[in-house]
Amino acid sequence: MADLTRLTAAETAELIASGGVTAVEVTEAHLARIDAVDEKVHAFLYVDREGALAKAREVDEKRARGERLGPLAGVPVAVKDLFTTEGVTTTVGSKILEGWVPQYDATVVRKLKEADLVILGKTNMDEFAMGSSTENSAYGPTGNPWDLTRVPGGSGGGSSAAITAYEAPLAIGTDTGGSIRQPAAVTGTVGVKPTYGGVSRYGMVAFSSSLDQGGPCARTVLDAALLHSVIAGHDEMDSTSIDQPVPDVVAAARNGDVKGLRVGVVKEFRGEGYQAGVLQRVDETVELLRELGAEVVEVSCPSFTKALAAYYLIAPSECSSNLARFDAMRYGLRVGDDGTRSAEEVTALTREAGFGDEVKRRVMLGTYALSSGYYDAYYGSAQKVRTLITRDFERAFGEVDVLVSPTTPTTAFPIGERADDPMAMYLADLCTIPSNLAGNAAMSVPCGLAPEDGLPVGLQIIAPAMADDRLYRVGAALEAAHQARWGHPLLEEAPSL
Amino acid sequence: MPGISREEVAHLARLARLELKDEELDHFAGQLDDIIGAVATVSDVADEDVPPTSHPLPLTNVMRPDDVRPSLTPEQALSGAPAQEQQRFKVPQILGED
Repeated sequence: MADLTRLTAAETAELIASGGVTAVEVTEAHLARIDAVDEKVHAFLYVDREGALAKAREVDEKRARGERLGPLAGVPVAVKDLFTTEGVTTTVGSKILEGWVPQYDATVVRKLKEADLVILGKTNMDEFAMGSSTENSAYGPTGNPWDLTRVPGGSGGGSSAAITAYEAPLAIGTDTGGSIRQPAAVTGTVGVKPTYGGVSRYGMVAFSSSLDQGGPCARTVLDAALLHSVIAGHDEMDSTSIDQPVPDVVAAARNGDVKGLRVGVVKEFRGEGYQAGVLQRVDETVELLRELGAEVVEVSCPSFTKALAAYYLIAPSECSSNLARFDAMRYGLRVGDDGTRSAEEVTALTREAGFGDEVKRRVMLGTYALSSGYYDAYYGSAQKVRTLITRDFERAFGEVDVLVSPTTPTTAFPIGERADDPMAMYLADLCTIPSNLAGNAAMSVPCGLAPEDGLPVGLQIIAPAMADDRLYRVGAALEAAHQARWGHPLLEEAPSL
Repeated sequence: MPGISREEVAHLARLARLELKDEELDHFAGQLDDIIGAVATVSDVADEDVPPTSHPLPLTNVMRPDDVRPSLTPEQALSGAPAQEQQRFKVPQILGED
């Protein structure tokens, strides 16, 4: 039998449904792959071997009884360690939650279970999703399977690395400033940030509540769509969840076609700081869209140049407030409780011991931006920039159906290269941030390898809110055209581990 | 915009309940100064006539009927607590001696 870990999620589901393989066999193959390579990659923080096999057995029994199963029944999935999982450790990549076992499932996790997917375990991430490289995990960095000395992007580097290394066909990530799309770009995979409110945030450990959005990571556009349709939809447990029907992303992914589609190339996302090979591959992909029948025009979104600055005021401000819950009283770590110290002192000592540098930096930055006297100049101005960015998008979507840009300015950088330079690190999310600020939908799809370093380049596709299906339509058309040109999926060019 | 001093970082750390070490104060003062210098550019475009947007969705208060539903048991709610006593979270003293 062919290597089960190399199949797409759609192929795996079909094979299980037809009785060609059992869910247990598929799960065992992936657990064996994790055993073989994860010591090198470190995509997982926790592998739930017994839970995965129990679920796989349950799926096989249901199938044997002739029960009707969902389209991804029996397919393994890895979940970013930011989603609460009942009875399974959840750390958010932080020492402050080491060993914490939640009592409930995030809505996304509940939906995965109800759809009979097999959860393999929890994936590595930058602490509290703060970072662009997965180097800020308290449990050590993840390697990029294309080159283990390089970062897999962040903060969802573990999820993207897991699917790149064939440890799982599917993974769940979260995207606050690009944490699904940016790792997808630098690992040569597909990552989608759904419309804000399109996927429930209940049970996601909050970093920046007005920006955080869970979404799918996969090796193909169709797989991403299948996973998207499982996790999306209204949830009464999340007051920011949109109560509207989810667009048919699966149909869009099956019928990728860009004939007559108007595509806007964002003028502001090129120039200084962009790697030549990244721009070259993106330009070729835009040309490919034209060849496929799309109408391509240049679009200017002038306020996007201020998006990074606005983000680094808004996200830290919300995080300084959200992370106040880590106070050493109700859950998590407690340090310095020796009977002589006050609760306030114990809280400060615990947060000092439990948080890493990037978290401390952002908590203080947010505290500063929200403090009396600075509030208007910083936080207030950032919220006005958010309005301007939203207007830029509205204007652009009046002219075109989707926008495209590079997903990241450069390919994967070496581990450690930007560790001591926060501003250099922040630039990795330059192109992804505007969509988080405005709440619209965006995807990264592979568009080749940069000629200078042979590393993956991603194209970002951006659609209006609740038009997530357009991403899949464009992504699927590009994927098919690229693979026809390359003769195989991009990942087949990755070195074997 | 003012630069950020070591003393200011110490003050922020107290506000944020972080017991920073001395070397961290120096380390963060330099970095925060750089970051704040870079992000301060937001005020260049933020004219008075631009309304602020705090959230991508119009937020409305969502209410549900006040029905009794199953929830976590006390044992479950306390299961992650660093210390507990008599079905309560046990915390260090919250009042000083003076």
